[in-house]
Amino acid sequence: MTDILPEHDSNLPPREVADVMPPHAHSWIGKYVFSQDAKYIAIQYSGTAAAIGLVALVLSWLMRLQLGFPGLFDFITPEAYYQFVTMHGMIMVIYLLTAIFLGGFGNYLIPLMVGARDMVFPFVNMLSYWIYLLAVLVLVASFFVPGGPTGAGWTLSPPQAVLSGTPGGAQSGIILMLVSLILFIIGFTMGGLNYAVTVLQARTRGMTMMRLPLTVWGIFTATVMALLAFPALFVACVMMLFDRLLGTSFFMPTLVELGEKLSYGGGSPIAFQHLFWFFGHPEVYIVALPAFGIVSDLIAVHARKNVFGYRMMVWAIVIIGALSFIVWAHHMYVSGMHPWFGFFFATTTLIIAIPTAIKVYNWILTLWKGDIHLTLPMLFALGFIVTFVNGGLTGLFLGNVVVDVPLSDTMFVVAHFHMVMGVAPIMVIFGAIYHWYPKITGRMLNEAMGQIHFWVTFIGAYAVFFPMHYVGLVGVPRRYFEIGEPAFLTAPVDGLNAFISSAALIVGAVQVLFLFNIFWSLRHGLAAGGNPWRATSLEWQTPETPPRHGNWGDDLPNVYRWAYDYSVPGAPKDYVAQNDPWVPDSGGRRL
Amino acid sequence: MTVILAFLVLVALAAGLWLSQQRLASKPWLETGIAPLAGHGPGRAPGFIFIAVFLAVAGGLFAMLGSAFVMQIDETPWELVPLPGRVWLNTALLLLASLFMQFVVISARAGTTRWLRASLIAASIATLAFLAGQAQVWIALTSGGYPLDGPPAASFFYLITGLHGLHVLGGIIALAAICLRHAGGGDVKALLPGVRLCALYWHGLLAFWLMLFALLQGWGNAFLALCRAAVT
Repeated sequence: MTDILPEHDSNLPPREVADVMPPHAHSWIGKYVFSQDAKYIAIQYSGTAAAIGLVALVLSWLMRLQLGFPGLFDFITPEAYYQFVTMHGMIMVIYLLTAIFLGGFGNYLIPLMVGARDMVFPFVNMLSYWIYLLAVLVLVASFFVPGGPTGAGWTLSPPQAVLSGTPGGAQSGIILMLVSLILFIIGFTMGGLNYAVTVLQARTRGMTMMRLPLTVWGIFTATVMALLAFPALFVACVMMLFDRLLGTSFFMPTLVELGEKLSYGGGSPIAFQHLFWFFGHPEVYIVALPAFGIVSDLIAVHARKNVFGYRMMVWAIVIIGALSFIVWAHHMYVSGMHPWFGFFFATTTLIIAIPTAIKVYNWILTLWKGDIHLTLPMLFALGFIVTFVNGGLTGLFLGNVVVDVPLSDTMFVVAHFHMVMGVAPIMVIFGAIYHWYPKITGRMLNEAMGQIHFWVTFIGAYAVFFPMHYVGLVGVPRRYFEIGEPAFLTAPVDGLNAFISSAALIVGAVQVLFLFNIFWSLRHGLAAGGNPWRATSLEWQTPETPPRHGNWGDDLPNVYRWAYDYSVPGAPKDYVAQNDPWVPDSGGRRL
Repeated sequence: MTVILAFLVLVALAAGLWLSQQRLASKPWLETGIAPLAGHGPGRAPGFIFIAVFLAVAGGLFAMLGSAFVMQIDETPWELVPLPGRVWLNTALLLLASLFMQFVVISARAGTTRWLRASLIAASIATLAFLAGQAQVWIALTSGGYPLDGPPAASFFYLITGLHGLHVLGGIIALAAICLRHAGGGDVKALLPGVRLCALYWHGLLAFWLMLFALLQGWGNAFLALCRAAVT
């Protein structure tokens, strides 16, 4: 063991960061509505994201009803189907996953885990949420305008996205979608600057970067990536909005529509694809990296073991983040590109598998010979690992040009990305909620309801997406309202589609039980105490649970060790908290 | 996408430099006790980091615009918009504004009220003149047959200069808010933290404008063609 500055508390080095109590609201509105406390903002973000996520869930049901039982539901028209597809995809990726990982978990956990009283700029943080809410409301408004929301597909590819043949293209649907995205990015940038600066500048005494829990590393790196990637989407949205409203031709080539030449000309649709995917691929890791970090912490806590290869885990997070900026065009193989570029992007895509595999091996090695407690967070963490490996392996296929080209427009791709960036991160979100709910509310979630929730979600998700790979392999195209039984299919898929749809309905329904559990346990859950999981990281060491305004009472904590001292030989307990000055092999001496 | 990738290389270098100070090769599982934090100290206040990170985000935005511009030039047989000479004057004005902002910082640090006031007024006038000049260029181009919905090169000019102008306007508002907050206060040095951030922001916007100006003039094309030839 190496001791750094082994001084007594009475002789501590001066704080690098001043201890400033954030502004304290006294009115009910200031405390709960226009709150500047990151913990309340986190709950606002999560509640809004969950609400809009439920809308996306219902949209997925409607899509599956059409695919599983074509012709049975008259109200699902081809136009409506495309609108469901578009809104489901966009909501899930941007307004649910990004918002809940960064706005929800980021806001709640960063200040607590780094030992800060709040985010560095609380007012800007509050603005971030309200702009996000405005973005969501603008998006929802598009359901109620003439023509409905856009049905351009979640990639919003021009020129079709702004033409009259696409639902919402010639009406307000696409405009509201673009405005909503622009608002989302402005709101996120305000929040993201806060998350980054708080991690960089508000860590408490002793909390070096290499002592941060991996959750913070994941959220921090994802935030930096998002700050650099979202401008691409912002630029793309502004330019398309100009094309749609002001008659510019950034993405619009010369076009003839219904026999009439349009006023557009000279623009490049491919340029939009580059901009979109330059954001779109890092977005995969903007969602995945926080999930990686959180799952590392869940496994360490619930296996009572220090995380295996902490340094490698940190490096892998940073390397994945960097590499994700040079792989975007693997989403554009079918758009056509110079063969050397195809080779380059396939190579970089496959290289990302190396740091990702390191993480998977390290999770497994953390579990190896651990004191594994099959708690609900652990079950969801295990569910994540299995699902992520499955989704990642099909990603290795699709990263190759020659495999991707025939599969790109089939349901195989739908199955792949739902496994890797749908089911897998959602598993982590559930695990994280079961894990941190006791800290947020002071009560445990109901175990029986949680077990039903996990097993139905886990098995159900596989019942949905495993057969979907097969459906894609036999040739079922994606983005089709109805396919019938065309000659190019190598096997019938009617029965399988009905099975997938039935499973999707059941998986969706069990989420209602989860929501019920959240509200029911607020009043009826078992009292949790301050640290029910016996965890080491700082958020579990607050003087009160739930933590009050300012988080830490009179004094900020001092950090004496990393976040993973579990089952340390000679320690009085099977964990040593980060702010515990206990010294190993010292006969009980404390720093 | 050459422009944005070049920009990200710069960001990666800065990030790498910072990471190299964070003892990434240490073995935290072997260390107990209070370790000093790297990267803290005078000049590294949260506001400074906030503006620095924001400039990186804004830089990404302008680099993306630059990338889109270059991509379109590459794909379609365009003619660049013939920029009026006024753009040169505007560039000089922004350069002056940036210099005056630095004088503001120096004056605030020295505590000389007279110089601070003079340089603050000069910086504000130069910045506002820059914005007015850009608007004048817009009018000249529109009346010269290059409207917003004209050839994509013209559309790009309006979009790029418009977004850059909005950022400059935001800076002016922030500067005014800082000055108003301290108006009537006797201590000039109280202005220092705020005007330091403004100066940094002004320098950043100047750098972005110089890059965009070069692209809009077509100077970057030869360099980018060389890059493409090297890759392909």
